Amino acid sequence: MGAVGPTRIEVLHLYKQLIKNSRLFNDYNFREFFLRRSRESFKANKHLNDSQAIIDCYNRGLEDLSVLKRQSIISQLYTFDKLVVEPLKGSR
Amino acid sequence: MIRGTRGRLVGLFRSSALLRNNSRIYNNYNRRRDVLVLKSLDHVRCYSAAVSAVKKLVDDVSLEIHTDIQAAAKEQSEVRNNAASTSNKESKTESEAAILSSSNALKHAYQENTGFGTRPIYLDMQATTPTDPRVLDTMMKFFTGLYGNPHSNTHAYGWETNKEIEKARKHVADLINADPKEIIFTSGATESNNTVVKGVARFYKKTKNHIITTRTEHKCVLEAARSMMNEGFEITFLSVDENGLIDLEDLKKNIRPTTCLVSVMAVNNEIGVLQPIKEIGEICRKNKVFFHTDAAQAYGKIPMDVNKMNIDLLSISSHKIYGPKGIGALYVRRRPRVRLEPLLSGGGQERGLRSGTLAPPLVAGFGEAARLMKQEYESDHKHITELSDRLTKGLLSVEHATLNGSPSHRYPGCVNVSFAYVEGESLLMALRDIALSSGSACTSASLEPSYVLHALGKDDALAHSSIRFGIGRFTTNEEVDYVIKAIVERVKYLRELSPLWEMVQEGIDLDSIQWSGH
Repeated sequence: MGAVGPTRIEVLHLYKQLIKNSRLFNDYNFREFFLRRSRESFKANKHLNDSQAIIDCYNRGLEDLSVLKRQSIISQLYTFDKLVVEPLKGSR
Repeated sequence: MIRGTRGRLVGLFRSSALLRNNSRIYNNYNRRRDVLVLKSLDHVRCYSAAVSAVKKLVDDVSLEIHTDIQAAAKEQSEVRNNAASTSNKESKTESEAAILSSSNALKHAYQENTGFGTRPIYLDMQATTPTDPRVLDTMMKFFTGLYGNPHSNTHAYGWETNKEIEKARKHVADLINADPKEIIFTSGATESNNTVVKGVARFYKKTKNHIITTRTEHKCVLEAARSMMNEGFEITFLSVDENGLIDLEDLKKNIRPTTCLVSVMAVNNEIGVLQPIKEIGEICRKNKVFFHTDAAQAYGKIPMDVNKMNIDLLSISSHKIYGPKGIGALYVRRRPRVRLEPLLSGGGQERGLRSGTLAPPLVAGFGEAARLMKQEYESDHKHITELSDRLTKGLLSVEHATLNGSPSHRYPGCVNVSFAYVEGESLLMALRDIALSSGSACTSASLEPSYVLHALGKDDALAHSSIRFGIGRFTTNEEVDYVIKAIVERVKYLRELSPLWEMVQEGIDLDSIQWSGH
């Protein structure tokens, strides 16, 4: 018997965390990229059935999450002016 | 003395307690102790200086560092204006009024969008790419703890860094289906190209004295080849057709028994044209000539396989694939073996071809960037193609706008468009909100038109009015739409000022005009 995969709630929680941490990036391009990639990759693997593949994906997601957590902090530490396509005053 | 500074002294003690607290955060025992010792020493020795420096308690220090590029942009525009005014003074023939109106026109052409930021959109991915945060994440630990020299093999500090380097080497090799042993880290694609052109030629100079390259190569290959001319080599610069592609028959004809190297770049840095690398590789292998390709712009962005394409040497740059600047690699085939004379002599690192201690943070960052290029290939390719199609369609909807280079054999992330009857530099000036370039970053300082576009047979005017758009992983739909809108508006505005455009609108053929004063 193989290892038990993550539950639906765990996966959804990971997704929410990824999105939340992507939003924390101060840099417009990085923020948009990680939001896009998080959504894309979860959508692409929506119908994944193989339990080992699900575990692998989930673990990769956890690693990505830890990278995002660290890097979003760095992005907030070293900030730059907003881009010309970014509205000022926070409202997204 | 003590009485006068007593309050401040207490403050200093408090702040040093703060430092002591912070220094406890360090995991490293030695470092923690050092910091503590240092702080207490500091405190005794530089007592009076420190007291005057510490005005208030330091526990409300902001950690954020904000970089304001507005100041830099302002400075740049002042320099530009000054340069313009001095050159205007020199050319007395033009009337002052006309000059004033033209600089005003530029100001009008550029309109600031209120309610939005001021930092320009980055669309110059051929010059360099932003460092991916995931790459930076890999590099961080080399600046904080993994500081060993990868070539020290007597202790754990060396081993751990060496392990990371070999991991990076594998990632770099995997992307082109090479063996990790065939990858040599250099300082960048320029060094790789120089090593190849000079190294291979010098090694085989007793029997061979001929190198073939093309007119549209990057400057570093052209200049390296030119310097080999001084060492008695003959160089053939192949011409390209109007699409920027070389003629394979022409290549076959030019290969001699004395040819030692053919160097053709995979993707052109200015027009994004993709050369038929596989076919060239076949020809070179058949004629037993070494084939080098400069893949700085192609590596990781288009599928490349050194074995299927018969590539013997391949140059790679890290900062074009969202990696750190200052590192690159060279692929040198082992079977059949390619021999070359190293440029640098020294400790014999990297198979003796590139001596000097490797930079582990850069190498590891490069490796991670390469791994990500492989992992994200599908997604990046889809995204970039989509944006490129959108941009090309939008830009070519402008009248008299032409795409430079082959429309079919190209890397979609590089779009080079000429806007006839508009001066490229003035368009770039009117586009302060978009970071673009009219060609290679190396030549953008000089006003000479691009030699690549010249090689394609474009005339000076069209070469002057060309602009290169680079799209990458981090470019968004929103940015592309902004760029299309800005370009369309400002090209229209600048053309309205141009008398040439007026004539074209009236249906006068510009070539038929007899210009007076010549």
